[in-house]
Amino acid sequence: MSAVVDSHGHGHEHHHDHHGGYSGIMRWITTTNHKDIGTLYLWFSFIMFLVGGAMAMVIRLELFSPGLQWVNPDFFNQMTTMHGLIMVFGAIMPAFVGFANWLIPMQIGAPDMAFARMNNWSFWILPFAASLLVISFFMPGGAPGVGWTMYAPLTVQMGIGMDFTIFAVHLLGMSSIMGSINIITTILNLRAPGMTLMRMPLFCWTWLITAYLLVAAMPVLAGAVTMTLTDRHFGTSFFNAAGGGDPVLYQHIFWFFGHPEVYIIALPAFGVISQVIPAFSRKPLFGYASMVYATSAIAILSFIVWAHHMYTVGMPVTGQLFFMYATTLIAVPTGVKVFNWVATMWKGALSFETPMLFAIGFLFLFTLGGFTGLVLSLAAVDIQLHDTYYVVAHFHYVMAIGAVFAGFAGIYFWLPKWTGRMYDEKLGKWHFWLSTIFINMTFFVQHFSGLAGMPRRVPDYPLMFETWNKISSIGAFGFGLSQFLFLYIVLKAIRSGEKAKDKQWEGADSLEWTHLPSPAPYHSFETQPVIK
Amino acid sequence: MASNWVRYLAVSVAGVAGLAAAGLALAAPWNLQPAVTKIAADIHSLHEYVMILVTIIFCGVFGAMFYSVYAHRKDKGHKAAQFHESTTVEVLWTVIPLVILVIIAWPATKVVIAQKDTSQADLTIKVTGYQWKWGYDYVKGEGEGIHFLSQLATPRDQIEGRKPKGEHYLLEVDNELVVPVNKKVRILATGGDVIHAWWVPAFGAKQDAIPGFIRDIHFRAERTGVFRGQCTELCGKDHGYMPIVVRVVSADEYTKWVGEQKSKAAAAAGEPKKIAVAAKTARQ
Repeated sequence: MSAVVDSHGHGHEHHHDHHGGYSGIMRWITTTNHKDIGTLYLWFSFIMFLVGGAMAMVIRLELFSPGLQWVNPDFFNQMTTMHGLIMVFGAIMPAFVGFANWLIPMQIGAPDMAFARMNNWSFWILPFAASLLVISFFMPGGAPGVGWTMYAPLTVQMGIGMDFTIFAVHLLGMSSIMGSINIITTILNLRAPGMTLMRMPLFCWTWLITAYLLVAAMPVLAGAVTMTLTDRHFGTSFFNAAGGGDPVLYQHIFWFFGHPEVYIIALPAFGVISQVIPAFSRKPLFGYASMVYATSAIAILSFIVWAHHMYTVGMPVTGQLFFMYATTLIAVPTGVKVFNWVATMWKGALSFETPMLFAIGFLFLFTLGGFTGLVLSLAAVDIQLHDTYYVVAHFHYVMAIGAVFAGFAGIYFWLPKWTGRMYDEKLGKWHFWLSTIFINMTFFVQHFSGLAGMPRRVPDYPLMFETWNKISSIGAFGFGLSQFLFLYIVLKAIRSGEKAKDKQWEGADSLEWTHLPSPAPYHSFETQPVIK
Repeated sequence: MASNWVRYLAVSVAGVAGLAAAGLALAAPWNLQPAVTKIAADIHSLHEYVMILVTIIFCGVFGAMFYSVYAHRKDKGHKAAQFHESTTVEVLWTVIPLVILVIIAWPATKVVIAQKDTSQADLTIKVTGYQWKWGYDYVKGEGEGIHFLSQLATPRDQIEGRKPKGEHYLLEVDNELVVPVNKKVRILATGGDVIHAWWVPAFGAKQDAIPGFIRDIHFRAERTGVFRGQCTELCGKDHGYMPIVVRVVSADEYTKWVGEQKSKAAAAAGEPKKIAVAAKTARQ
């Protein structure tokens, strides 16, 4: 194929010639194309989003009223555990890897990812990992009911489902590490001439930093779960005080992974938002350099704040204070990012298509979650709120709303580029408003039940929390149903959407919009463009 | 015409439902439980202080954002400015948040230090978390030697919906922890099997109960009454069913309670001896 830099005239009927040697299902199994693999990641994560979401529906159904109505406490614990693991590792992380696969080569002017075959493998590990997680439900004793944090020594009491989960985590970790190495290598080596690091779109920057976080953090998680495995079966006592170990050691190791993990989820979301807001403000991103520095600062700080998840284990006063000060510091670079986004909008020429709506929703609601994060960073206050619904509300504001809204913003934003078709703008707006109203119904009231003293991970609760839980459950059902509208919008766009323009968004200025047609050809930038 | 009626009806139904929901919501507890200890009161004021600061920042940032959304719209014909850099501004909005953090850090540090000071306790009680009940041992101070288990008293019928739920559903136990008012109580927490967490919201006291380790916290209840909390660390199947109930009583009542417990314990300890004597007599 010739260079596609100037292939604007190419009709999309030509593209099928270049899907490699196979067609049908074998095309997807053998593909080494970054666009195919990006598509696989995105569909996989959406399926996992529905599976994890179904589990959330079970949780909210049981919590609709006090008392035990639908499930037994054991199964309830399995639901909370698997909901967390599947949403974090199956839905959110793969979704952003999907964005990375689709966009990084196009945004830096590279023909593909650096390690195309490894790219195939990093995706195809995922379905096996997800199967292990799901199969664990059918093992004697069921799936583990230990929470997604898998604290020792409760993990030792679990059935064989726990081992399935441990191996699933190993596989997910391998997939993430391979994906990250690929992203780092691609960004550092395959940039087009003239595409200096400080000229890259911010999405590439946030992913570069995220990839380093993943390479550093995932092996730590693998270590933690491997020690759990040997404690369970091979007579070691890493986390068993009777054998000279320490259950709190597990928490230190887990959260040394777990806090960077929070930013592994948040940073790519920041990247997407940093592309969408300038495009619909028709104005360059404010403070590009400071955004890069702030992202790096967040990444570095994320490694020295882990024990703020553990204020109630009884650390010495100096430990409490150190982790409190370090944690509050994160508010500074995060604040810089929020201010920069608002300044980007300031005096722009704003329009409010669906991607922009989700981006503004993200900005507003993520910042709300950031504020509750500041409240929780104060060790004294956290001791009161730790393991209550306040924490559940907080992290769902930054993840279920923050990351997921950024994901929606990104999909509506790039769908025209990926498929060459436009989504239905009116339905997109419906999706935004329904999602926003219902998700806030779900999680905003949880601040109140948490403040009033409702613990998390309970299948049943005292009567005073009933009102909040009813509102929350209704919101959750509404949010869950709204996502089928999203599926419909995407399918409708692919099947019968209007043809998208090459530069669908007036204010978009990265290479995939300025140099490539819509849909982007199967092989793009075989000859690298020169960036001036 | 008909559609107008439908709309009118829908709006009124929605309005009534909304008002009803708001009414219900107002009746539901939405803030930290009333403080019974100095520490809990400090936590409340720290929380309020931070919330006020956060609300001010919130109004500033989103005031600017929504003004922009309102005024700088393309469909109003607003032309985009092209500024995209200002070192002064960046430095300002890095330094000002830093200053705000320092302002928050000072009161926050004071509460942390107060929380951690478990010295000079009047009464020391060891709390052990078991799956799924609490063990209490009075280790030092008045009542030394008393020990008992405390577990959920809510009947199964209420949980499974066969009987109406009582006022203290899931927050009632067979044996309450009894402590004297205005005395510093030190809690030594540990776990018997897995990690649990002992929490009484009104005291602002929460401590993980970790098997193999002892960690301490303290509280000094400033009024009498019954205060209720729950286990807050996932500990298996019945994690949601191991509440904590503390009865704070006057010094006199406490002494009386200790006396009762001691005689009960003595009677229980006497039991096997009596049986042994009886058996011996019978054999003779």
